[in-house]
Amino acid sequence: MSTDAFPALSLIPKSEVELKAKDFKTDQEVRWCPGCGDYAILAAVQGFMPEMGLKKENIVFVSGIGCSSRFPYYMDTYGVHSIHGRAPAIATGIATTRPDLSVWVVTGDGDALSIGGNHLIHALRRNVNLKILLFNNRIYGLTKGQYSPTSEQGKITKSTPQGSLDYAFNPVSVALGAEATFVARTIDSDRKHMTEVLRAAAAHEGSALIEIYQNCNIFNDGAWEPLKENDVREDNLIRLNHGEPIVFGNSQDKCVIRDSDGHLQVMDVADVDPSDIIVFDAHAKDPGLAFGLSRLYNPRTLTNTPIGVFRAVTHREAYDRMAQQQVADVIAEEGPGDLRSLLHGNDTWSIT
Amino acid sequence: MVMRHKKEQNVTTMGSPYPGHEETGDMTKQVVQVDRVVIRFAGDSGDGMQLTGDRFTSEAAWMGNDLLTLPNFPAEIRAPAGTLPGVSSFQLAFADHDITTPGDQPNVLVAMNPAALKANIGDLPRGSDLIVNTDEFSKRNLEKVGYLASPLEDDSLEAYRVHPIALTSMTVEALKDFDITKKEAERAKNMFALGLLLWLYHRPTEGTVEFLRKKFANKPEIMNANIAAFEAGWSFGETTEEFSVQYEVKPAPMPAGTYRNITGNLALSYGLIAASEQSGLTLFLGSYPITPASDILHELSKHKRFGVMTFQAEDEIAGIGAALGASYAGSLGVTTTSGPGIALKSETIGLAVSLELPLIIVDVQRGGPSTGLPTKTEQSDLLQAMFGRNGESPVPIVAPQSPADCFDAAIEAARIAVTYRTPVFLLSDGYLANGSEPWRLPDLETLPTIDPNFATVPNHTNDDGTEEFWPYQRDPQTLARPWAIPGTAGLEHRIGGLEKADGSGNISYDADNHDHMVRLRQAKVDAIAQTIPDLEVDDPSGEAKILILGWGSTYGPIGAACQISRRAGIKVAQAHLRHLNPFPSNLEEVLRRYDKVVVPEMNLGQLNMLLRAKFLIDTYGYNQVRGLPFKSSELVDVITELNQQMEGAQ
Ligand code: SF4
Repeated sequence: MSTDAFPALSLIPKSEVELKAKDFKTDQEVRWCPGCGDYAILAAVQGFMPEMGLKKENIVFVSGIGCSSRFPYYMDTYGVHSIHGRAPAIATGIATTRPDLSVWVVTGDGDALSIGGNHLIHALRRNVNLKILLFNNRIYGLTKGQYSPTSEQGKITKSTPQGSLDYAFNPVSVALGAEATFVARTIDSDRKHMTEVLRAAAAHEGSALIEIYQNCNIFNDGAWEPLKENDVREDNLIRLNHGEPIVFGNSQDKCVIRDSDGHLQVMDVADVDPSDIIVFDAHAKDPGLAFGLSRLYNPRTLTNTPIGVFRAVTHREAYDRMAQQQVADVIAEEGPGDLRSLLHGNDTWSIT
Repeated sequence: MVMRHKKEQNVTTMGSPYPGHEETGDMTKQVVQVDRVVIRFAGDSGDGMQLTGDRFTSEAAWMGNDLLTLPNFPAEIRAPAGTLPGVSSFQLAFADHDITTPGDQPNVLVAMNPAALKANIGDLPRGSDLIVNTDEFSKRNLEKVGYLASPLEDDSLEAYRVHPIALTSMTVEALKDFDITKKEAERAKNMFALGLLLWLYHRPTEGTVEFLRKKFANKPEIMNANIAAFEAGWSFGETTEEFSVQYEVKPAPMPAGTYRNITGNLALSYGLIAASEQSGLTLFLGSYPITPASDILHELSKHKRFGVMTFQAEDEIAGIGAALGASYAGSLGVTTTSGPGIALKSETIGLAVSLELPLIIVDVQRGGPSTGLPTKTEQSDLLQAMFGRNGESPVPIVAPQSPADCFDAAIEAARIAVTYRTPVFLLSDGYLANGSEPWRLPDLETLPTIDPNFATVPNHTNDDGTEEFWPYQRDPQTLARPWAIPGTAGLEHRIGGLEKADGSGNISYDADNHDHMVRLRQAKVDAIAQTIPDLEVDDPSGEAKILILGWGSTYGPIGAACQISRRAGIKVAQAHLRHLNPFPSNLEEVLRRYDKVVVPEMNLGQLNMLLRAKFLIDTYGYNQVRGLPFKSSELVDVITELNQQMEGAQ
């Protein structure tokens, strides 16, 4: 694939040689539990990296703390394994000062939505050029099994023997509420879909949030099973495709329409006028449709779970681009600074 | 001789702007020479006292006086008018000699209302001049601050030379022909007061007129009204019987050079820009607004011409996080805050210690704990800077000693950060931040060059002959690790907060390796002492048995106290620490030279604790946490008493 597919990466130096997935593997032993969904994500990301056509020294992975945050150690690029929840802040400093870098953040549901919630929403609001991979396994893995901000209410865990009381966050709704310009969801086990979403995110200029449903087979096994099992999967998944009517189900028999109150409704295709089926528009400035879709699913049963790109809009310029531009504009207008005249200021006197 | 420059305006003469004033020789008033004057302007927060003080400072600076200023304002933006919490003041000392403090007590107090009088009268020595704005002494205003009767009418102020002046109504009268509201006219009373004070102290006025022209360039009527009020104040001084003398303070003999007046926050900002220029690194500031550090954020955001990038983060943690990210990517990362912000940044400072990346953490200290006294000064974050992190987490600490010194201290912090790949604390404080003094502009040629010395090639050969980059392979001299920034081909590497193996930087939980790495990080910081100058002692007699050792902004009051004590025949030595971690190599030897070492601090003895712990020397703390700088007189008392004890013991 040619790099022209990624105009958003135009400022980043291109690799002269064709890189392979294996070029992105490090010599470090991967230490996730056998069977963890993180392996599949790592493989998909390493598989996708060469497509961008970038020099690998111009790619940086930044993570926080948690199982997923070990990710940078396994990517043969530049990488920082930072502290809990702060990866978006650290990555903001990298992206803002270096337009020639492709900056990726790897985080989890606890890291991004609990301890680091503030940094996440502000990175998205500012639209910093970061590709944020949020591994959502609805549990704390590294600390051995406490409920997380995406755990369903009533979850029995080590810290909630009578069941958790908190209402869960919906990461896509949170990101849309923070006015993220790119929001997507994918699943660890679906490599093809994940690669498509990664491609779309890489092509986006500005923040991209990708929620990845990831299985923690040790502490929350089967959390996403209704979206994975062969016979029920397609009945539960709503695959979002820009420009296409929202139709889904094993036999494409279900669809999404707006009812007379303006709410989104899942209906049988047979019961609606085909012109009433919503044609999905990921590029709409108004995040209303995307937000409505993010609320469709049942967080317990996972019926009606949309995946794909919910929103990809370009009307907001990226923070880092604007920050670089402000500096460039001032220098173009006023010339580079002169230290001597700065220190002198306007009011001096001399003693001879 | 003193020559004044102004960029747009070629002013080279001094004196009255009023025609006929000097030429006619119509000097009915006597001019008295004094060597030093301390003025305090006090009023309501809305009365413009800080501006008035700033203008007076500029005029004194132009006359070549040495000076120091002490602004003092409430934390509330606008406390209720006329109340004690709403009082804002600005003190400045100017002299014909080198001075080191803004003065213990004013010689003249300008009180714009009863609250300002009540809040400040306690500091005014008997016999001093007291100028009060009688218009504000209404029954209601008096009651607001608990005066049962007007102090102007009973004999409670008889110890002072009271000058009751109807500042507000005279200002309104002077502006009656202007097309402005009564409120706008009243607001110009601070300019009337400034004009009067500049007359009283025989200061030039054209700078202020020029200043008002610029400030109100878009509002010509307000501009002219303010200038008229200002000139009316001057003329009032000239004609009134109220003041029989004018005072004059000759220029101070100062080393030849070009000078400007500068506050600590401004000097610190300029120091950071200079460090960026001297290192060729982009200056990146990640910061969250907090008193009294925000002015550094404001200032740096103005200097994009120097490639400076400023990022106002969502919180303190993101501020330092972004700065550390910028450092990782090859910039000079800086974060600015005050004590409460440091508490929030602690974890990221620990990460910077572990990542071993350059980072400057500016802490403009204020009164604590918690929110404490946001607008008042204190030195109580030393131990927080030293130890306020989990694990063994050594961070170098540099502290400026005066407002202008913030420039050099910032460059020194950057030198250490970049050379040793380490976070560095720059500990300023509220007094340095807002206080100002004349600054002799440095010769740019003398500024140190800072070499980022980025890694560009692999630094390790494997057994099989292949080359690799080891991010924790150290320079044997400095023990600093290589700084390889993204974009450097072949040096891709991963670093993080987990313990890493010496050399390779791979994650390591090995017991011996951890012990080794903890000691290495400490040894690296200790090794900085090799490049910092020995502590110098000021002891003109060479026979002092008492040493006063300070750090940070107490330099001024300690210096003044030592000078005063020496004039009284006491032999006392002074030394001041700029580096708090590591200490200069000769510190222990210096301390052991003296029978008594006194450590005055605006905290409960933090440096004192470090000295005692490290050297087992019985040093004495002298401590105050009143939110204000030490008065030199109280330090003189300490020195005098100690001297008497020691003589008595002999
Ligand atoms: S604890 Fe769960 S998330 Fe963590 S590595 Fe093991 S399986 Fe994966």
